[in-house]
Order: sequence, then C-alpha cells, then structure tokens
Amino acid sequence: MQNILTNALLLILQLAITILTAPLIAGIIKKTKARIQNRRGPSILQPYADLTKLLKKEVVISENASWLFSFTPYLLIASTLVIVLLVPTVYAPLPFHWIGDIIAVAYFLALGRFFLALAGLDAASGFGGLGSSREMSIASIVEPAMMLSIFAVAVTAGSTNLSIVVRSLSTTPASIFNPSHILAFVALFIVTIAETGRIPVDNPETHLELTMIHEAMILEYSGRYLAFIEWAAQMKMVVFLSLLVNLFFPIGLATELSPAALGISVVAFVGKMTILAVGIALVESTNAKLRLFRVPDLLMTAFILALLSLILYFIIGA
Amino acid sequence: MVFIPKRALANDAAIDRAKTGVNVGFILSLLGSLTGLLLSLSIVLSGHSLHVALPQTTPLGVMAFTIDQLSAFFLGTGSFLGAAISLYSLGYTPEYFHKRHVGLFILLYNTLFLTLDVLLSASNFVLFLFAWEVMSLTIYFLIVFEHDHAASRRAGFLYVVMSHIGTAILTVMILILFVQTGSFDFTILRNGSHHITLTLKSVIFLCTFAGFGIKAGIVPLHIWLPEAHPATPSNISALMSGVIIKTGIYGIVRVLFDLLGPGPMWWGILVLAVAVVSAVLGVLYALMEHDLKRLLAYHSIENIGIILMGVGAALLFNSTGNKTVAALALIAGLYHVLNHATFKGLLFLGAGSVVRATNTRNIEELGGLARKLPWTSAFFLVGAVAISALPPLNGFISEWLTFQALLLGFTSADLIVKLAVPVTVALLALTGALAAACFVKAYGITFLGMPRSSAADKAHESPRTMLAAMGVLALGCVVLGAIPGIALSALNPLSGSLLGVPMTNAVSLAGPTMMLSASPSTSMAPVLMLALLAGFAGLPIVAGLVMGGRLRSRIAKTWVCGIETLRPRMQYTATGFSKPIRLIFSAIYRARHEIEISEDVSPYFKPEIRYEVTMEHVFEEKLYKPAMRGVLSVARFGRRLQTGHIQSYLAYIFIILIVLLWATG
Repeated sequence: MQNILTNALLLILQLAITILTAPLIAGIIKKTKARIQNRRGPSILQPYADLTKLLKKEVVISENASWLFSFTPYLLIASTLVIVLLVPTVYAPLPFHWIGDIIAVAYFLALGRFFLALAGLDAASGFGGLGSSREMSIASIVEPAMMLSIFAVAVTAGSTNLSIVVRSLSTTPASIFNPSHILAFVALFIVTIAETGRIPVDNPETHLELTMIHEAMILEYSGRYLAFIEWAAQMKMVVFLSLLVNLFFPIGLATELSPAALGISVVAFVGKMTILAVGIALVESTNAKLRLFRVPDLLMTAFILALLSLILYFIIGA
Repeated sequence: MVFIPKRALANDAAIDRAKTGVNVGFILSLLGSLTGLLLSLSIVLSGHSLHVALPQTTPLGVMAFTIDQLSAFFLGTGSFLGAAISLYSLGYTPEYFHKRHVGLFILLYNTLFLTLDVLLSASNFVLFLFAWEVMSLTIYFLIVFEHDHAASRRAGFLYVVMSHIGTAILTVMILILFVQTGSFDFTILRNGSHHITLTLKSVIFLCTFAGFGIKAGIVPLHIWLPEAHPATPSNISALMSGVIIKTGIYGIVRVLFDLLGPGPMWWGILVLAVAVVSAVLGVLYALMEHDLKRLLAYHSIENIGIILMGVGAALLFNSTGNKTVAALALIAGLYHVLNHATFKGLLFLGAGSVVRATNTRNIEELGGLARKLPWTSAFFLVGAVAISALPPLNGFISEWLTFQALLLGFTSADLIVKLAVPVTVALLALTGALAAACFVKAYGITFLGMPRSSAADKAHESPRTMLAAMGVLALGCVVLGAIPGIALSALNPLSGSLLGVPMTNAVSLAGPTMMLSASPSTSMAPVLMLALLAGFAGLPIVAGLVMGGRLRSRIAKTWVCGIETLRPRMQYTATGFSKPIRLIFSAIYRARHEIEISEDVSPYFKPEIRYEVTMEHVFEEKLYKPAMRGVLSVARFGRRLQTGHIQSYLAYIFIILIVLLWATG
C-alpha cells in the first residue's frame, strides 16, 4: 500500500515538475535573451499569463480543415506526457519506467510531429505546407541524430531504459568522462536546438515566411488549441534539457527516496536547467539564423558526431 | 489441406460471368483463407508440424507437404491478409465488370492463392520450384491484366525477365544441394547439409540471397517492383506487396537458417549491407514519387530492407555464436514480415479505394479526400502511422526489436561488426524518420487540404465490403502493436528452433510487458502506452475546462495574407513538399531540373511556367542499361549466325558433330 502511495506521489511529482516548470524555462530563455540584447524583456512568468489567456480564448478553425486539425492538439499533449513519464527529472527510476525506453521517447516525439505536420497541411494554406515540409525534412536528420547520441550513452549501461541508464550513470560518475560521451553531448545539444526550434535552426519569434519553420506549421492554430501546442513545445524543451542534464551531468540526482536526497536533487535540477537555459539563450543571441539550406549541414554534423560517438564506444569500450 | 479443393471449386465458379461469379469466387477464397488461417494457428499453438504425402503420382514422389512452424507463420500471415483482400475484392472487382474478363481475373486470383499455399507447405524443392514458377507466371498474367496500357506490358516484361533470372539462380542452388546430398527433400537436406564444404555453402548462400532477393525486391535487384506493383489492380498490389514478396524472405530463412545452418560472418555483413541500402534507397525514392501506388511500392523495398536487417543481424550473430541475440534479431525480422503484410496490405487497399473514387494515382491531383472518403482516410491514416514506425502501432514494435537486437550486438569482438552495427542502427533510424516524412506527404497531399481536381472533388466513399476489409487490417495494426504476445507466442519457439536453441524465449512476456532475455532491464509495455496516450488526451480537455470553460470555436477562412479567395492551386504540392529532402540528399538523387518560362507581354508577366524534375536511378543507369546493351550486342552478333539458308544450318550441325566426336573421342 505504501509502495503504491510512494509511486503515485513520484508520478505526480514528475508530471508536475515538467508541466508546471515548462513555461518558466521558456520565460527564463526569453528574459536572458532580452537582457543580452540590452532590453528589459517581459517577466519570466509571462508565458504563464500567455497560456492562461490563450486557454480562455475561442478557437478559429479553417473551413477547409478536417477532424484531424482539432484532434492534433490533444494528441500532441498526450504523446508529450507519455514522454514525460519516461524521462527522469529529479528521481530515477521513475514509477512507470518499464513501459518504454529511449526509442519510445524518440518515436513518441515523432508521433506528435507527424500529426502536427499533417495539421499544417489540413487548412490548405501555403504557409502550413511550407512549415510541415521544412519541419519533416529537418526532423529526418535530427531524429536519428538524437537516437544515436542517446544510444552512445545508453550502451554504457547495457540498456535503453532511460531510468536505468541515468541511475547507473549517477552511481558511476567516472563513466561520464568518456570521449564518446563528449561527442554525444555536442550532438544532443545541436539536436535540442533543432528540435525546439531555436536559432540558428529556426527562430521562435519570427513570422516571416522565408525563415519560419515551426511557426509556419502551426500558423492556423489559435486560442485554446494554440495554448496546448505552445505548452507541449515548452514541455518538449524541458524533456530535452532534462535529457542533457541527466545523461551527461547526473550529479545530485536522487536515486533513493529520502526528503534530503529529493531536496538536493530538486535544487540541483533547477540549477542545471537554468544554466542550460541561459546557455541556449547565449547561443541564440550570439548566432545568426542559418539560411534554410545551410541548416542540413549543421544537422548532418550532429548526425555524424552522434554516429562517431556510438562507433567510438563500440570500438574502445567504456 | 482442406482449403485447396475449395479454391479449385472457386475456379470453376469463376467461369460464370459477373456478379455471382465474383461473389462465389471471392467468398470461397475468403473461406479458403480463413481455413488456412485456422490451420496455421492450430499448428502454431500445438507446436506440431503437419505432414501430408499424396499418393505417388510422379516418378520423383514430389507431392509431399509439411507445414512446420516456419511454414505456418508465413501461411498464417498470407491467409490473414488473403482473407481481408478477398473481402475487399467483393466490392472492388465490380469496377472491372464492363472493362475486363472478370472470370479470368478470379481464376488467376485463386490460382495465386493455391500456388502460394503449395509453395509455403512444400516439403521438397521440386514441388517448391514448381509452385514458385506457376506463381511467377500467374503474377505475370495479373500484371498484364490491364494489357491495353503500355506501362502494364512493360512492367510485365520486366517482371518476367527478372523473375526467370531468379528462378535460374535458384535452380543452380537446388541442383548444388541435390548433388551434395542426393535429395530434394528438406528433411534429408537439413541432416546432410553439414557435409557440404564451406566454399560450396557460400555459393549456395549467394544463389539463395540473389534468387530469392529478386522476388523480395532487394536493391539492386528491385527494378521490376516499382513497375509491377502499380500496374496490377489494387487488390493484387496489396497481395503482392503484403505476401508474395515475402515468399522471398521465406526462401531465405528456409535455406539459410533451416537447411544450411550457421555460416561465416561475411554472410551476415553482406545481408546487412544490402538491407541498409534497400531501406534507405527505398524510402528516398518513395519520397520523390507522386504516384500513390508507386510510392507504396518503393516503401515495400524499404520494408524488405528493414526485415532483412533483422534477418542479416540474425545471420551475423548466429555466426559469432551469440544465439540469444540472433534469436531476437530473427524475431524482429519475422515480426516485421507480419506487420508489413498488415499495414502495407491496408495501405494498398486504401490506395485502391482512392483510385476507384478518383480514377487517378497522381497525388498532385488529389486533396481533401478526408471529407469525401472519411472511412478510407481514417484507415489509411492508421496504416500511415504504422508504416512510419510510430507508437503504439505494430510497425513500431518490430522496429524496436530490430534496434534492440542491433544494439545488443556490440559484445562481438570483431572490428567489422563493431562498425557495421552502429552504421546499421544509424541508417535504420534515418529510414524511420524519412518514412514519416514521406507519409506526411502521402497522406497530407492526398487526404487533407482542398481538392486539386474535379475528380477529387466528386469522389465517393467505397462499398462496405471494401471498408470492412480495411477496418480489419487497421484493427490488426492496432492489436499487433498493443498485444505483441500474439505474434511472440509463435515467433519465440520458431526462432529458437531455427537457431537450434529450442527452449529460449528471446523476448519474454510478463503481463503486458515485453522483456529481452539478452538485456533484462530493457522492457516495453505497448498496451499501457496506448492506454496512457488515451488517458492523457483527457488532461488537456480537463485543463481547458478548468481554466477557460467550455471550448468555443468558430469556422472561418484560412489566412492567406488578405487575398480574397484561397484556390486549390495555392496549396503546397507534393513536389514542393519533398524539395528540401531532394536538396539534402541531392548526391543520391542526381535530379535534373527543367524550367521553361513562356513570356508573352513582358518579362514581369509570365502566363505559363513549366517545371519538370527527373531523378536518375543509379542502378538503372549504371548497372542495368550497360548490361542490357551488352545482351543486345551479343544478340546482334548471334543474329549473324542465323542466315536463313538451310545449307549453313547443315554446316553448323556438321561442325558441332565433329566437335562432339573430337571431345568425346
């Protein structure tokens, strides 16, 4: 009975951390960017206000759209939440860690993207098609790069289950300083930038048709549906940052259930996440957006780095 | 073998024209398929093989059948799809009533099933090869069924040439086996094969892989496939792509695992290399294809590649002695056989429904069909999600198993394995991502947006039998994804017995959870994922209600920068959609563009722009065209001998006689 209660509490903690801090991370990145550009910028709590406002607003649906357009926001949230159950944040192993692994995470991300890209085509708008086409093309390189870079870390633990991998890494910190891990980290960082639609791959703040990717795809969405899509995107950012944090710097992660360990873990997690968020803001501020057809070069770099890190592990071992 | 007489009966009934013929023919083939399904299920569940030897009617005593676990698995897969396709054909075939000889079609259809069943249950190579050849010829007639289309005739010719090259290679393989063991019978071959020298075994391996590979459609032997699949009526396309090309996989597994046993490591490496190239090139060519059925045909090449990744990894790990992982890899490959049959069958049937409604296969002329064909579009979407290996459907499960088998292979000490495995993993991941992009294009352009032609605008939904058949297959995609235990209960013992480790469960089940015996901490519970996905979809509904009350929505025009009306031509096209991928992989595509702009009044006002892109298919240009030129020049040389004068022929006979006397004396 106590076991069930602990698991339920852990589950709620895991979901709450991601669902509730997701807008905050987005706010921190925005604020940091503004400060670097000598602006005051909106409050870091602004994304919460945006989401609440959007949740209250009416939804405008294109006359050309099919049921898929209204179905996608719900599916997107659902698939993102399944991912959240599988990617450890402050405690490993997660209660439901055995239902899936990193391959499931990658493919659930792909599931959300698949439907979002279809929804982009649904309204018959040129913008939507443009966004969908670009998003799927970029994803076709980013997705394998992501899987490979995580595999390179996962094989050290002999499992693709993220909770097991993270737990085993945090108990043997020496294995973190491994050449294949460094390559994998760089690859996964580039993947994070691309997957979350950041400069230099995509610009989350533009609505200029020449450059936009993700924003073009969701251009037809408004009101509550847009809130769901934005929220899912923010949660995706948290998922990627926790992957980076916990696969490469799992120091401080709670592996046993005591208030002290969990407390330390939450503090460490928030600290590491903030550092990474600031890092992403720095990358965004110091780089120009790449021309669309230069983007594949960057992504191919990530893909090759990830492949090299996996081969390196296979050849020289841990 | 209860179902064969029934099918023979169906052939007689097919002589009656039109509706009763169609009904009787397809209902009987439906019943035959269901019997086949029950039979293979009972063999799988009981674990006993079925042997039937008909009274000696031929000198070689060849009419002997054995349905063991391997046969039963392929027979079950074929019968399942066959049942769905027969149901579909009831509604689909009347389209041909006034155009074609339907009776002939039903005859060929049922002959195809008969030969398929004989092929999969034959217990010796004479019967096997006989069924193989009759099946190939039946397919040839089905490809040229719409013989007034030049494309069908060309596809048929290409098919029959490639198919016979394959049969010739297989005959060589079978004769080598016969010379070495003195028998065509599988049981004797299985026991006698370990006496064969390694060199000869390798020759047998190469013949097997090439001969069966032609049927399976591996790159570079695939060229017939994208021509033949679209040329046939859609129910036959589904059958060919779902079942017939899998007979190639059946042959490869039968000979390499069941009869020959473990070989050197390079066998596995070669199969993996071919598998990877097939998968990546298959999906890349599919991305550039705008003919819906050709697109699906290229995806068959891709999926044969994925199946062969499992089979190749099994060969590789079997030769390095890692039997548990080899069993896992074989399970992955064979599971994908079943899954591909289900979702590709579904997709071809869906394409058939689209073509029936719109009379075009060109997706650039479609669009908006989700409203006109709601059921077809929903079922096609299930197939598209499944083939893109997205969870929680069946394609994901078999790709997951393939990934796991490859990742667990790193324990091998050889450098070549250590390089081959990560590269295969990388390209499998790439294939999956590209397949998703391709099906966003295929589904999005065909079913979403606005209709791009009046044919698409006037489309009507298909009859209920067709929809029911697609529904069954769509359900199959969900069930085989959510409850993998169904397939694993057959595949665990099968892969164990093929690799000589009978009691190993490479993938064990604990409740709904799959666990790998090679890596105990890796697990997957697909049905829970499905449940969680459904449950979590409720969360945003609740969140919305709590934060903002009931959902208010309004229908409005799509935003098009203030232009008054949105026209279908303003939508993204399939060509436009896949352009970024064409640029990224330009080294592979070698695309040639042609842009023609006509100017009437001034350079600023262009009434017409013609844009054409052609892709160079590397193997056709660099392999087949030179080979064809070679054959033709040899033929031209040969023509000189054919003078037409009787005295020169007499001279030839005389010369040959002298040569023979000299050679034997």
